[in-house]
Amino acid sequence: MTDIAIQARGLTKRFGTLVAVNAVDLTVPRAHVYGFLGPNGSGKSTTIRMLCGLLTPSAGTIEVLGLSIPRQAEQLKRRIGYMTQKFSLFDDLSVRQNLEFLATVQGLSRHDTRTRVDELLLRYHLDDRQPQLAGTLSGGQKQRLALAGAVVHRPELLFLDEPTSAVDPESRRDFWEKLFELADEGTTILVSSHYMDEAERCHRLAILDNGNLVADGTPRDLTAKLQGRTFLVRTDSPRRAKQVLDTQPGVLSVAQIGNELRVLMTDTHPNADLLRGKLAGVGADVDVQPVEPNLEDVFVVATRRHASQQEQPA
Amino acid sequence: MNLRRLWAIMVKELRQLRRDRVTLAMIMGMPILQLLLFGYAINLNLRHLPAAVADQAQTSGSRAAIQDLFASGVIELDAQVQTPQQLLDLLRQGRISVGIVVPPDFERRRLDGREALQVLVDGSDNVVQSAAGQLAQYPLNQPDNFHARAITPISVVSFYNPERRSPVNIVPGLVGVILTMTMVLFTAVAIVRETERGNLELLITTPVSRTELMIGKVLPYAGIGLLQTTVILALGVWLFRVPVRGSLGDIYMAASLLILANLSLGLLISTRAKSQFQAMQMTFFVFLPSILLSGFMFPYAGMPVVAQWISELLPLTHFLRLVRGIMLRGADFGDLWHDAVALLAFIAVMLTLAIRLFHKRLD
Ligand SMILES: Nc1ncnc2c1ncn2[C@@H]1O[C@H](COP(=O)(O)OP(=O)(O)OP(=O)(O)O)[C@@H](O)[C@H]1O
Ligand SMILES: [Mg+2]
Repeated sequence: MTDIAIQARGLTKRFGTLVAVNAVDLTVPRAHVYGFLGPNGSGKSTTIRMLCGLLTPSAGTIEVLGLSIPRQAEQLKRRIGYMTQKFSLFDDLSVRQNLEFLATVQGLSRHDTRTRVDELLLRYHLDDRQPQLAGTLSGGQKQRLALAGAVVHRPELLFLDEPTSAVDPESRRDFWEKLFELADEGTTILVSSHYMDEAERCHRLAILDNGNLVADGTPRDLTAKLQGRTFLVRTDSPRRAKQVLDTQPGVLSVAQIGNELRVLMTDTHPNADLLRGKLAGVGADVDVQPVEPNLEDVFVVATRRHASQQEQPA
Repeated sequence: MNLRRLWAIMVKELRQLRRDRVTLAMIMGMPILQLLLFGYAINLNLRHLPAAVADQAQTSGSRAAIQDLFASGVIELDAQVQTPQQLLDLLRQGRISVGIVVPPDFERRRLDGREALQVLVDGSDNVVQSAAGQLAQYPLNQPDNFHARAITPISVVSFYNPERRSPVNIVPGLVGVILTMTMVLFTAVAIVRETERGNLELLITTPVSRTELMIGKVLPYAGIGLLQTTVILALGVWLFRVPVRGSLGDIYMAASLLILANLSLGLLISTRAKSQFQAMQMTFFVFLPSILLSGFMFPYAGMPVVAQWISELLPLTHFLRLVRGIMLRGADFGDLWHDAVALLAFIAVMLTLAIRLFHKRLD
């Protein structure tokens, strides 16, 4: 058994003229939590569906758990769990009935079904909701039920498509605890998300933009590449300062956070003095300090760079 | 095929059905309502049909014969006219449903044993027509009883609709119509609904096979179809004294064939329809010709050749022949084997197509 769970080369999906996923290369190591980041419509769900064998790629090769997809997709389906972006359990079955159905369909024996469902209900804090219809659960409870349903057969590989959208921060932290428990048990997890704090927790992550893979690596590697390009600006009039900076060449993005501005520079000679000079006209007490780059910056750089490359004439 | 998985899908389907009040109400409500509607109409219209008489003989014998007809209560005198032409005019205007002509040589015809009375019927109304059919059977008392024949022969001439239909025909037909309507719709919608709600994306990522999924979804509805059949038959026999001359086993066999044919058609529709609304549209696209061309509404023999070809393709056509043959004429499968074979062929083709067109993929 190799230590690679997913290997995709040149993965492409076209819907008519739209290229939803464009020549993506992906390597996911086993027992890792692998993050999938990208704005709306960047092709996260489409990629996951191709990796599960639900969509046929327009081009490229996929190998998942040593199986060639989509040819061996049926064999793969016994070994993976998939939590869809939209809640896809049965609204009109109870919590317990949903899990029992999935367990049976996944091939668990009658006895195993009972004990496994009991175990999952406890583990995902749903034991007091057993008779409740799944459709009437709260958003967070639905997500926990969906995760329980996806792992009922102890899959080696778990695909989670935005599992924590519409979940409060507390429950999100809980949810991620569960993911790391699973990863510790040896499960490989590929999880898509919009949240930077979640991306931060992943062992590795990939950023998709417009169907292109624009960055991948460990969070530490990705942020390290931006070292020295991020600054914090404190000023009395942040709005005016932002207007000034927005038009400056060399400034990639300016984000206001309270009364401070977080400034991200392009990689050609970033430095604090340059910024101070530019902001001289705004007010007397402008303070510029370098700060540690974070994943949000990585995200901005990755998605911006690609956009500007596309704008250039070939 | 794994039986435990199949069972799980069936149980799931039944549990969901139990919570679906509207569908449950449709399953039992529709057959009962339709049966009562048809049955009620049949019973009511059999009495007091407006009628007119053109008595051109004006003999005591002719007057007695007419009185006997009216005594049946089926028709009610509305007008006395002079000529058959006037009767035709009244019929056309819709003022009467039945016209009775007594020819000038009534007595002579009666003596010869020829048709002595003519009943003109508005055949555009099935119920009127069948009522007139009953009139024709009505034994007329002979005023002077020295003739050998006890009955005055009456000829019925039906306008606008050459086939005489009896209300008894409707109940067996209704079994077929209701099964066609509900079975196709239920299966088509059951699968498309899962696509719409996103359940299918989950299901096709599990080891469930196509065959398990399709059969597991369809079998519960087959049970429901048999239940509906039982309700219609029981009510038909109990309320309207529809005869069951053939074997009950044969009737259920025929019903099962129709149910399976419709379920596989529903499956085929579900593989093509993108939404529940589309599934319904496609169902009605099939349902309408079934009603019109199967022989339920209009007799097969009266249809143009092209319509007959289409008719042969519809499961309902073959079921009607089977069930009418079994129930009303006491026939068995041996007599009607080609209709049974036609249904089997339909099932095989539709199921094969449905399973081929259904993929465990999203594109
Ligand atoms: N079946 C389809 N037919 C046509 N276009 C599609 C189809 N599925 C997805 N697309 C398009 O492909 C692109 C990528 O969609 P995808 O759902 O993969 O995005 P995503 O990254 O998951 O977005 P989100 O974060 O909003 O879920 C979108 O532009 C979408 O409109
Ligand atoms: Mg998505």
